[in-house]
Amino acid sequence: MHFIIERENLDRLLAALQEHGRIIGPRITENTFGHRDIASSQDFPAGWTFEQDGGFFRLRQRRDPSLFAYTVGQDSWKKELYPPRSRLLSLQKTESSFSVTPEKSSSEKVVFFGVRPCDLAAIQIQDIILIQGPFADPEYSRRRENAMIVAIECTQPAATCFCASLGTGPGISSSSDYDLALTEVLDDGLHYFLVRAGTEQGRAVIAGLGLAEAPEQNIIRAENLVQEAASRMGRTMDQKGIKQLLYDNHEHPRWDQVARRCLTCGNCTQVCPTCFCHSVYDRVSLSGKEAERFRSWDSCFLLDHSYIHGGSVRVSSRSRYRQWITHKLASWIDQFKVSGCVGCGRCITWCPVGIDITEEIQAIRQSDERGCNA
Amino acid sequence: MKKTKLAVWKFSSCDGCQLSLLDLEDELLEIAETVDISYFLEASSRLKRGPYDISIIEGSISTPHDIERITAIREKSKFLLAVGSCAVFGGVQALRNYTLPGEYQQVVYEHPEYLSSLDASSPVSAHVKTDLELRGCPPNKRQILEVLTACLNAKKPDLPSGSVCLECKRKGIVCVMVSKGIPCLGPVTHAGCGALCPAHDRGCYGCFGPKETPNTASLSAWISGKLGMSREDVLQSFRHINCYALEFCLESIKHEPKDSSERPEPD
Repeated sequence: MHFIIERENLDRLLAALQEHGRIIGPRITENTFGHRDIASSQDFPAGWTFEQDGGFFRLRQRRDPSLFAYTVGQDSWKKELYPPRSRLLSLQKTESSFSVTPEKSSSEKVVFFGVRPCDLAAIQIQDIILIQGPFADPEYSRRRENAMIVAIECTQPAATCFCASLGTGPGISSSSDYDLALTEVLDDGLHYFLVRAGTEQGRAVIAGLGLAEAPEQNIIRAENLVQEAASRMGRTMDQKGIKQLLYDNHEHPRWDQVARRCLTCGNCTQVCPTCFCHSVYDRVSLSGKEAERFRSWDSCFLLDHSYIHGGSVRVSSRSRYRQWITHKLASWIDQFKVSGCVGCGRCITWCPVGIDITEEIQAIRQSDERGCNA
Repeated sequence: MKKTKLAVWKFSSCDGCQLSLLDLEDELLEIAETVDISYFLEASSRLKRGPYDISIIEGSISTPHDIERITAIREKSKFLLAVGSCAVFGGVQALRNYTLPGEYQQVVYEHPEYLSSLDASSPVSAHVKTDLELRGCPPNKRQILEVLTACLNAKKPDLPSGSVCLECKRKGIVCVMVSKGIPCLGPVTHAGCGALCPAHDRGCYGCFGPKETPNTASLSAWISGKLGMSREDVLQSFRHINCYALEFCLESIKHEPKDSSERPEPD
């Protein structure tokens, strides 16, 4: 069921959400965009959008007061749920042995406001790996439980977006895991949001605000905006037989071409909302009496990542780029029954030299040497 | 138990690396209690003879006398740690390696005949074996502490590998190159500084030197082609603090003026 809330009443919704926890949402501070604390609807980037392309991101002003007419920036919600660096445990030396203090997991209640459909899909992929998988991560689970998700549909896709080809956006399907889902509409001077609840918690918020049910015409208007957005995606990635395509093209000359451009800097893996590789390291105090164990994000673009006895397995840039893309788009499906890509386009925008995953796949597909176009 | 003997040595340098060590204000007392600071002229005039357990080297090898000293220090040091761009890559003074012998001396000194210096400024590792190297201009004081701690506790030091970009992304620093078009050497530069320059809205100038497998050619093509950096500026970017680091040196040569008539006259 769809409800309606006017722009001028959005702060009522925010006030209700603040009851649940600290609100984190899209904000522009110091000329950059990121997820920050939100105190009121004034904090949202009213009248702003982003221009994005390979290795290119700029804030641009719009002529209307829309709050969410853009897509995603550099940071994904991975940063909140799976922090770049976290302490796992502390150790203290005792007279004859040592004691271990595991890190207390975060108990802070938060609201993620403005989660885009692609990022919602990414969270669900990380759930499969970090909650439902054989190596469940207690810290991730805890943070996930404590986060209420207010998703927002996209009506203004970027040139780097391709969620429509992956079925992860720009709309939010009712089977997605959100508490509330919003769609922003600006129409003939009217500015309102359609609101849907996906959980009991979300329904309680709507009921508490006493929101009116949305008229049919408004629902259709919002659906049209999302459908139009789907047709304006800047990029596409054909999913047909993609797993076999990559498995069959390990030796494709395209890998050499992309390796000439690839910086092996690892940016793509850090901004990817589903990449979950990490490494563990220890810090010891000068006296040797205290030690701490940390976990931090890792990247398959580092030589260390494939270092085993005797050296690194993937020495060439070619092998490292191939490994990333083949895992993301092919072996991920074998491993987790889902693609590792959600079409958010971050790896394209934030690659310092604009390498485009959709272009690479297209190039391999066009000259699939073994004729595998299944 | 006998305390670990630590010595700190200066070669051709600006003293900034030693200052990074002294800048460990919160830990300095504990360091002084834990190790025997046996030779550290910048901190104390109380000097003890070798051998030393750990020798920290600042500066490049620039004179015949430097070669004698570093050879002697190596002989009396169990663990030799080269610290900073000068000790690891030859420093900014290695710019003279790109000129004819004595070219700069003639310009700078009234009586260059009093000088006795080598034709090239070179890293410590060109003369003796180093056990570990910490890059940076200045180096990261936390890394120096990590290596000392690791030595004292027989632990593998935790030192990051990979690019400066990884540090930006983990800290949530929005990429200055992608979002503002500021040329940045971060993607080809070794991590370890904590993304100091991008955090202050500047491009990385590569003071930690080349990272593992740096693709300088691809980055050069982008900053000149897409960001409009001039050929000379690309040359200067790589021929800078770490001008004598192999990959940066080779990249800078590619951007030299095509024929000698384009070469600017010395000021």
